[in-house]
Amino acid sequence: MKRARVAFAGAIHEATPAAAPGTLRLADGRVVAGEEVVWLAPFEVGTIVALGLNYADHAKELAFAAQDEPLVFLKGPGSVIGHRGRTRRPADATFMHYECELAVVIGKPARKASRAEAMSHVAGYTVANDYAIRDYLENWYRPNFRVKNRDGGTVLGPWLVDAGDLAWPPQLALRTFVNGKLTQEGNTRDLVFDVPFLIEYLSAFMTLSPGDVILTGTPEGVTDVAVGDEVACEIEGIGRLVNTIAGDAEFGR
Amino acid sequence: MASLFDLTFDVAPYRLSGTVYGVLLNHRDALAALGDAASQPPYKAPPKAPVLYLKPRNTLVGPGAPIRIDDPAGELEVGAALGIVVGRTACRVAEQDAMDCVAGYLIVADCSLPHDSYYRPAIRFKARDGSCAVGPKVTARADIADPDALGVRILVDGRPVHSAGTGGTFRGVARLLSDISEFMTLAPGDVLLAGVAAGSPRVGAGASLAIEIDGLGRLETRVVAATEREVAR
Repeated sequence: MKRARVAFAGAIHEATPAAAPGTLRLADGRVVAGEEVVWLAPFEVGTIVALGLNYADHAKELAFAAQDEPLVFLKGPGSVIGHRGRTRRPADATFMHYECELAVVIGKPARKASRAEAMSHVAGYTVANDYAIRDYLENWYRPNFRVKNRDGGTVLGPWLVDAGDLAWPPQLALRTFVNGKLTQEGNTRDLVFDVPFLIEYLSAFMTLSPGDVILTGTPEGVTDVAVGDEVACEIEGIGRLVNTIAGDAEFGR
Repeated sequence: MASLFDLTFDVAPYRLSGTVYGVLLNHRDALAALGDAASQPPYKAPPKAPVLYLKPRNTLVGPGAPIRIDDPAGELEVGAALGIVVGRTACRVAEQDAMDCVAGYLIVADCSLPHDSYYRPAIRFKARDGSCAVGPKVTARADIADPDALGVRILVDGRPVHSAGTGGTFRGVARLLSDISEFMTLAPGDVLLAGVAAGSPRVGAGASLAIEIDGLGRLETRVVAATEREVAR
């Protein structure tokens, strides 16, 4: 089963795909077009844990050596937007890029979970686009918030897909298209630290709670995006997350 | 165990959101303590933007709750910080208007596993369960004349071990809110820690810990070893 959370006609609704392509069935029975709703993150977002350099090819792309511990950073809830949202590119940025990532949503509290039972704590999956603006990179508590924790910089959705709906371990193709052109391609089988490892590693020191989400990192192929670009991040079997790059003027700057 | 959400107060937004951000190296003495290293690799240059981190919800404990340490033989570094409670949505707020976005202040004991690097430290140093105590109450903004001139004292087992203040910073409260909200919106109930002075003391299991900030009262907590039983829960 897959579910979305959308705003429609003055309220927030859970929604599932309806029979006709591109339509949604709200929990109250109404069937609406995907364009008629505002798509929110498909779950109530708790702690956002993100991985850096978790695909060997992307680490190579950025000239990093292999690690013995995952590179983990945290993001705040204010950075989250949903499917079909708009993310601002500041006028002074010269390199702003998307990162298509498998997002793992926790469904059951996990504290010192073992690798063997780690997957029982997973509610499901969604697609994440974890934007970065490299111009602002500084070498203090990397990746610093001005790069990675910007308003609109964490795009989640459109669907939360139940964990049981996917075969394990997942071998899912990830693709990003900018204005319809394929720019990034990878497969979740190439994760350096896989999902059970990450849950075991994190829950050893931090209790993971329902709604916490792990953004598992991105493969190679990050490219600069421009105002007006449509960025679509796809993960096989999970969804296609669309986002548009906005300029400063739209935000009154 | 006292939850953060038990902490209500009588100015808007009346309760915390559960999102706590912190700033490091905001005190001039904290950056000075790094000496020339701040300009050498891997840092290469002193920080320009505020050095931010996030205390996730698993770390937060409310008034009266103990701070937990996993390793009974280990130590935690105690960061004593002024917590700025956001009262109104702060997005691109000008420095001269920033104080309008503040609901009040509280005391925060932000504990970490000691670590030397500011480059890309693992979050296991700072994101540990029950490592950040918040309280004892929110003091309304109107009751504090100048949040950038408050004495901050740490006491361990009743003895003063560290004395500093909220002054001597690169960015005072208003400037921090302005610079941070340029790129990330702070929501009502969010807390921003205004920084920690140089020389944070360390404590081990069994210690009683108190932090006093002028005008905000005293946050009292204990450091307890997380027992296996707690771990299993």
